[in-house]
Amino acid sequence: MHAIEVSGLRKAYGNLEAVRGVDFTIEEGEVFGLLGPNGAGKTTTVEILEGYRKRDAGEVRVLGHDPDRPGPEFRERIGVVLQQSEMWPNLTVRETHAIFAGYYSAPRNVDEVIALVGLQQKAAARVKSLSGGQKRRLDLGIALVGDPDLVFLDEPTTGFDPQARRAAWEMIRSLRSLGKTVLLTTHYLDEAEQLADRVAVMREGRIVRVGTPAELTTTDLETEIRYRRKGEEVLLRTDEPTRVLAELTAAAVARGEELEGLSVRRPSLEEVYLALTAEVEAEVAE
Amino acid sequence: MSAEAIRVAGRSKRARGLFVHQLRSEQLVFWRSREAAFFIFLFPLLLFLLLGSVYTGKIYGVPAAEALLAGLIGYGCANTAFAGLSIQLVLRRESGILKRLRSTPLPAPTYVVALLVSTLIVFALQTVALFLVGRVLYGTPFPSGVGSFAATIVIGAAVFAALGTATASLIRSAEGSSAVVNFILLPMAFLSGAFGPTLHYPAFLRAIGDVLPLKYFIELVNAVYLRGHGVWTQPQALAVLAAWGVGGLVVTRFRFGWEPRER
Repeated sequence: MHAIEVSGLRKAYGNLEAVRGVDFTIEEGEVFGLLGPNGAGKTTTVEILEGYRKRDAGEVRVLGHDPDRPGPEFRERIGVVLQQSEMWPNLTVRETHAIFAGYYSAPRNVDEVIALVGLQQKAAARVKSLSGGQKRRLDLGIALVGDPDLVFLDEPTTGFDPQARRAAWEMIRSLRSLGKTVLLTTHYLDEAEQLADRVAVMREGRIVRVGTPAELTTTDLETEIRYRRKGEEVLLRTDEPTRVLAELTAAAVARGEELEGLSVRRPSLEEVYLALTAEVEAEVAE
Repeated sequence: MSAEAIRVAGRSKRARGLFVHQLRSEQLVFWRSREAAFFIFLFPLLLFLLLGSVYTGKIYGVPAAEALLAGLIGYGCANTAFAGLSIQLVLRRESGILKRLRSTPLPAPTYVVALLVSTLIVFALQTVALFLVGRVLYGTPFPSGVGSFAATIVIGAAVFAALGTATASLIRSAEGSSAVVNFILLPMAFLSGAFGPTLHYPAFLRAIGDVLPLKYFIELVNAVYLRGHGVWTQPQALAVLAAWGVGGLVVTRFRFGWEPRER
């Protein structure tokens, strides 16, 4: 069964069409990355799936429920980490988890969840004494304490230092090993590449590409071949790297030359993403 | 029992459990915050100590301490259910707590009712504390008609909570919320006679006071506590309070939001 099915999803705020016909499905147990620049419609899409906003048009199923009418059975099975939220500053980490645990009919053990998100040392500390990264871990902990099947993570590592990001990535990977379905929005490409089974790139309210990170990087941009000849830098772009490289090296061998600094490089997801999102800017500029 | 009946019973048991859980959580959140406990719970008591030592003799033909006690119950009600509640709601909305809670299985009505009952508990405890301070320091009596007095407290808390949620709905940012609310609260308390008699105020100030809900709530407390009347013998005060309460509910109904306004 699909964890999430979306087709023809649309949402406008006044004249602003935030989401303009989005289709995708997410399988159970999958980590799905929704990628795109600010204003691409990621958060609107996710908030419709979470039950915060009503769609204007389209079909949406989340765990078999219509999130336009989010009942308690639906809420029991989802966990949400919002882009920005603060908890009660004067409560402790454990108290905050216990409050959220009380909202669910079959919550996980509070101390286990606190350990899972790496806050054991801080369990008795007040929320206001936590660092930014620790507060995001608290957000993740209270999203997991109800033992959800589906977890929404909206830009979970924005503002983290590199070390905190690595730690957060480890936690998100551990969600996969628990069998959770994860919908992750991010504008960090390395994050999507590291974590997601599949990635959808959004721009201007539409999904422009869906696939595994590997698929995206092989299908969209040409491979780059670089070398130096007579001190000059040469750059070739091709979608037939095998043939071009064979010809190039055969010719060089025939001439008895060495191709200095020869390198063959597939584009990174970042380059694919920049290419995908740059097309719009070109269109807008016209 | 049929399966359906068992399910319904299970659901109502769970609904009660959620309410009790949320009420406990609200009490924990309230008392854990020293600012809230001080400004909302203790402040009226401190004012009673201060004003009680300033005013002596008689006000409205009753011992000054008794009239002040009635006024400060009014102030305490507005301070707790109106000011405290609206500031807390704005802070929670702007910090994303309300939005976050919406995605949990806790039903919105359960949340709202638990918050209101929690506020009522704080105000009721504060009222008891005011009576104890009055009794010990100034020899003020306890209310004679306990039923009528309890009804008065509940009515006041309900009306000012409705006005508090309405005000929270209209305030756009956490930063200014405390200033805005106190800008309403303190003049209202002065003009309504919460801190002493208004007889010597200029006529136009008294005219403003005459439309404020706090004036009518204090009148109700005066009638029930100072003069021993039943709460239902005061139709005019009850009607004005009901009108303000309904006004607050209407604004809340149309303007209340769970999500941060800023950003």
